[in-house]
Amino acid sequence: MSEDPATKVIGRLRGQFLFAAIFLGGAALLLSQLGNQTTWANKTDLVAQPGFWPAVGVGGMVLFGGLHLLRLPRRRLARDDWQEGCTWLSVVEFAAWFLVYVVVVPLLGYLPTTLVFMPVLLWRLGYRSRGVLAAGVIFGGAIVVVFKTFLNVRIPGGAVYEFLPDAMRNIFIVNF
Amino acid sequence: MDLILSSLDILARWDVILALLVGSVGGVLIGAIPGVGPAVAIAILLPATFSMDPIVGLTVLLGIYGSSMYGGAIPAILINTPGTAVNALTTYDGYPMTARGEGRRALSLAYSASFFGGIFSVICLILFAPVLAKVAPLFGSREIFLAALLGIILVVIAHRGQTLIAAALACFGIFLNTIGLEAVKYTRRYTFEQSWLASGIDLIVVVLGLFALSQAFLLLQGEDEKVRTTRLRGGLFQGFRELGKHPRVASVSAGFGVLMGMIPGVGEFTAQFLSYTYAQKTSKRPEDFGHGSSEGLIASETANNAVPAAAMVPLLALGIPGEALTAMMLSVFYVHNVVPGPGLFQNQMDFVVALYLALLILNVLVLVFLLVGTRPLIQVVKIPNRFLGACILTLSFVGVYSLRNSVTDCMLAAAFGVFGFVLKRLSLPIVPIILGMVLGGIMEVKLRASMSRVKTPLDFIERPVAMILFLIILTILAVHARRVWLDYKERRERRWSTRHASTRFEAQLYRRRSFLSAERGKKVRERRNPYSPRSTDGS
Repeated sequence: MSEDPATKVIGRLRGQFLFAAIFLGGAALLLSQLGNQTTWANKTDLVAQPGFWPAVGVGGMVLFGGLHLLRLPRRRLARDDWQEGCTWLSVVEFAAWFLVYVVVVPLLGYLPTTLVFMPVLLWRLGYRSRGVLAAGVIFGGAIVVVFKTFLNVRIPGGAVYEFLPDAMRNIFIVNF
Repeated sequence: MDLILSSLDILARWDVILALLVGSVGGVLIGAIPGVGPAVAIAILLPATFSMDPIVGLTVLLGIYGSSMYGGAIPAILINTPGTAVNALTTYDGYPMTARGEGRRALSLAYSASFFGGIFSVICLILFAPVLAKVAPLFGSREIFLAALLGIILVVIAHRGQTLIAAALACFGIFLNTIGLEAVKYTRRYTFEQSWLASGIDLIVVVLGLFALSQAFLLLQGEDEKVRTTRLRGGLFQGFRELGKHPRVASVSAGFGVLMGMIPGVGEFTAQFLSYTYAQKTSKRPEDFGHGSSEGLIASETANNAVPAAAMVPLLALGIPGEALTAMMLSVFYVHNVVPGPGLFQNQMDFVVALYLALLILNVLVLVFLLVGTRPLIQVVKIPNRFLGACILTLSFVGVYSLRNSVTDCMLAAAFGVFGFVLKRLSLPIVPIILGMVLGGIMEVKLRASMSRVKTPLDFIERPVAMILFLIILTILAVHARRVWLDYKERRERRWSTRHASTRFEAQLYRRRSFLSAERGKKVRERRNPYSPRSTDGS
């Protein structure tokens, strides 16, 4: 049977029910906490209540999320929904890579960490050619020089820089 | 004239000129790489611009916004993959031209049409600025509240077929903005006794997670694609001559771009759709559209390049961003204590005109760069997807970590990155979340300010501008409700007319069994029926 064109625009069907159910569940949970997590101020208009806009937000999430769930062409979990859910979880690995990078930078310093991180990540992605790995190292170095050296973005110097000789330590803390 | 001169004076600085160069070249490069896009680049660069002067920071961001669409046309025309989302329509006519050996002509047409759209919109808006300066002060708190509400409604209903989930995601954005310490009564909202939630969730963290990190995850999780580019022959100036043969299509498309860009939440896609439809309906050869029509290419490229300048109007005049990129730029204003809105148009008109002039110069720079550098630029489309993903992941770190050097921010951004990845996998919109966050905050402040002077609900719309905005909101909701009803009716009719049997294997077996037993039953009944004539073939 050809797919109904009106349902095509909802998005990919695979995983849609799983997402809608999790979204609605989360929204309902937040709505149930409205009384605990906001304060009712006496002698204040409804629209000026601290809880008014959170109520609009979570109320809207429950209402529209629920209607979206009801409008889905398939309202039960199928095997491909779970497979899609596994795909979503698979990127947690890359989120972990990112967080490891975040934790290591203040310890080893921005330049050394980036110069190591790029080729290691590229290796993990399956690249084995020296050219690509070298391109990764060059790109990592370029990022550090552009952002830290020239644009002076606020990234702290690494803890290991403290072990460098005095003159080099200052240069490294300020520029790399 | 004095205004133009004082605006030029603002731009006559080496750092602004450098920003123009970086913005234009960087924007074209970013646009030419499929899978990056201006939103990712702006999100990453945003914290770096906080340390610059507002005019310098905004010029870089505007440069990337304005020039990325030029670059996005290159892969759209040569390899049938739009560099940015708004170049999708360019593939319809651009790629067929490449397929028949006219790639250079298509590129040349796209550049000239984009240039015309960009210049047309900037000139329109410079001429229109004095009128805006008179209209903007008519917007008080309640008018700005209603305009922000209108913006949210338009963003939601612009996602046809996904209106409900877009509304739910906009409400999620509104909710995110409310987390933390509330500024008037100093009470905590949804902090769950966590100190790191007391200061709220930063917009930049959400933007970087939803746009940059999610894109990195998407590229890292996917596969590299083999890209084959075409050799280009011929001159790049022929497009200008060809554009001159279609002045009506070009100017109407640019007009649509300017109009749609000014309306919050509408933007490039509607402008392109209207322009393309207009060009096709009025063309002498409508059958060529989608098969390499020069008019189609002109319509789509002119319309989308006319939008960036126009999209700055609601941001500068009312402080209301109409889409995600201008929402990000709003934070640059806030960081520098420059409050966009009616006051900016009244007191700092030269700053506003300087931004438009920067866009004008930028269009010229981009065109020169493209005319000279198209051949080497084509090579950037060959960068492997997963390599790009690794680059975006590393660049995202600069954006998030340089904000407050906070690991918590990075963890939040990673969480939003995974959420954005899920939304992208499901083809669900991300923009309503960002606009919900920004416009939700504006609506909260403006509604509170305006209600102190309102006694009855009708007082809210007693002023003419407020009344007009209210009527527009009602009309849009009524039109949308009608469209939903018609869609529902159409869907129901289609379901009735196309309902047929399931294609599942079990269902097919069941039907076969039913058929065989029915056939067998027919034969048995026939044999046993004493009144039916006997077969004479001896079986």
